[in-house]
Amino acid sequence: MKALSLSELRKVYKNGFKALKGINLDVEEGDFFALLGPNGAGKSTTIGIISSLVTKTSGKVSVFGLDLDRDPDAVKRCIGLVPQEVNFNQFEKARDIVANQAGYYGIRRKQALQRADECLEVLGLGDKRNQTSRMLSGGMKRRLMIARALAHYPRLLILDEPTAGVDIEIRRSMWDYLRRLNQEGTTIILTTHYLEEAENLCRNIAIINHGEIVEHNTMDDLLGKLDNASFILELRKPLATVPVLTGYRLTLIDDHTLAADVPAELGIHGLFDILSQQGIEVVGLRNASNRLEQFFMNLVENDRNDRLPN
Amino acid sequence: MQRLIAFQTILFKEVYRFIRIWPQTLLPPAVNAGLYFLIFGKLIGRRIGDMHGIAYMDYIVPGVILMSVITNAYSNVVASFYSSKFQHYIEEMLIAPVPGWMMLAGYVGGGVVRGLAVGGVVMGISALFTDLKIAHTEVVVLVFLLTATLFSLAGFLNALFANSFDDISIIPNFVLTPLVYLGGVFYSIDLLPGAWKIVSLGNPVLYMISAFRYGFLGVSDVDVGQAVLVIIEFILLLLLWALWLLRRGTGLKT
Repeated sequence: MKALSLSELRKVYKNGFKALKGINLDVEEGDFFALLGPNGAGKSTTIGIISSLVTKTSGKVSVFGLDLDRDPDAVKRCIGLVPQEVNFNQFEKARDIVANQAGYYGIRRKQALQRADECLEVLGLGDKRNQTSRMLSGGMKRRLMIARALAHYPRLLILDEPTAGVDIEIRRSMWDYLRRLNQEGTTIILTTHYLEEAENLCRNIAIINHGEIVEHNTMDDLLGKLDNASFILELRKPLATVPVLTGYRLTLIDDHTLAADVPAELGIHGLFDILSQQGIEVVGLRNASNRLEQFFMNLVENDRNDRLPN
Repeated sequence: MQRLIAFQTILFKEVYRFIRIWPQTLLPPAVNAGLYFLIFGKLIGRRIGDMHGIAYMDYIVPGVILMSVITNAYSNVVASFYSSKFQHYIEEMLIAPVPGWMMLAGYVGGGVVRGLAVGGVVMGISALFTDLKIAHTEVVVLVFLLTATLFSLAGFLNALFANSFDDISIIPNFVLTPLVYLGGVFYSIDLLPGAWKIVSLGNPVLYMISAFRYGFLGVSDVDVGQAVLVIIEFILLLLLWALWLLRRGTGLKT
């Protein structure tokens, strides 16, 4: 079953700006799906329409087979939203924020408070339940937003840059939690600017740019499309000049560090063999950027070039 | 049932909000009313004497109570609802299966409860200055509830259109306050010259205060039945307008 299906979705704002130009998108139930795109591409508008915060101009949205126009309440019950910006009452206690959200979905106060405690506990905020939200740190506020989104047991969780501004340790613990949630059956749609995050978590991906879906694929297939990869090589001995190797593009960053663009058909092993033959010993290797980031940058760059006037 | 729980949640949140900040919401009206009763009722009122055969102190009590109800019901809803827009936590309700009419009912309910709470406090303060008697309890209760509902609705509409904190202070300061003060809180329109008396009859607040005063003292500047009808008409007008705007998503959705 499809958790989400968008058909010919369009949004034209009052000022005439076309934010979405007829996008089609399907997300299967149980998926961990990445919706990526540069700033202003239309990600937040798409999420806004799905979650009823933005009025669509035309098109169709269905969630678990339910039509948003015909059965908005049933659709809303299926969705939990973690928005990009912190958006709770700064003077309310964490527990009340989550319990009230459950109340809006028709969960009785007693159960709502129990559910709030569960959600806060699982996100590591159990001891902060009686603190007003403004007293929480940035990372805690992000986790509180996830707790709030889970208050009514949503089948589809939409996360709009959930880890923005969160330190790496908390980010990784949030990843673990989201993975577990997904394994338990919750479909997750994630937008993020941390492409490493999307690459690590998501199985399928769509890239949106200028209001159009420009790529919709599995993560593996998408990364398989990369025709080259960039690596940083750490050398045992200093190097004075850049070796010239046919097919590879090498740049010397400093006398012990070499950047290498490796075409997919030649592979990294071929590079090691040639360097070894030339007496250059490699002691360390890492990706110059993550693979998805590379793909994303290529795509956006190509798109920008296509749009330039001739 | 689920919708009833959602309504209760909004109402509970709204009531809890103004109780939590009682020094800002319940205390100032008590102090203001005390000063009105002391200065206008006791000190100046002694020189004024009677109005419609009633001691001036007693004459102003219903108006001062209703003035507090009006300003507090209005300010409760306008401040709370605009804050929820400003800090975007209104989205908590917009993404949930909470229809617009229920959101309206929850916020208006909060405004009515605040109006009643403040009205009760001011009534208590008035008891320190005069021996208050109620001539027609049913009229007092009816006008109390209708007036609080009307101004809660007005506050909601103000917040719906507001885009800045200036927008939520313009109407109370430049429209609501003059209407209330010129609505006969401190005087009978019989004291006004002919033309001004007719102009005053165009002020809806006059009908509320007159009807409320009738409930307490048995005297009124206007027909009580007509006054109640005027209030109900305004409620229906604002209610339909608010529901229409909510349906369109005005001020809430892009």
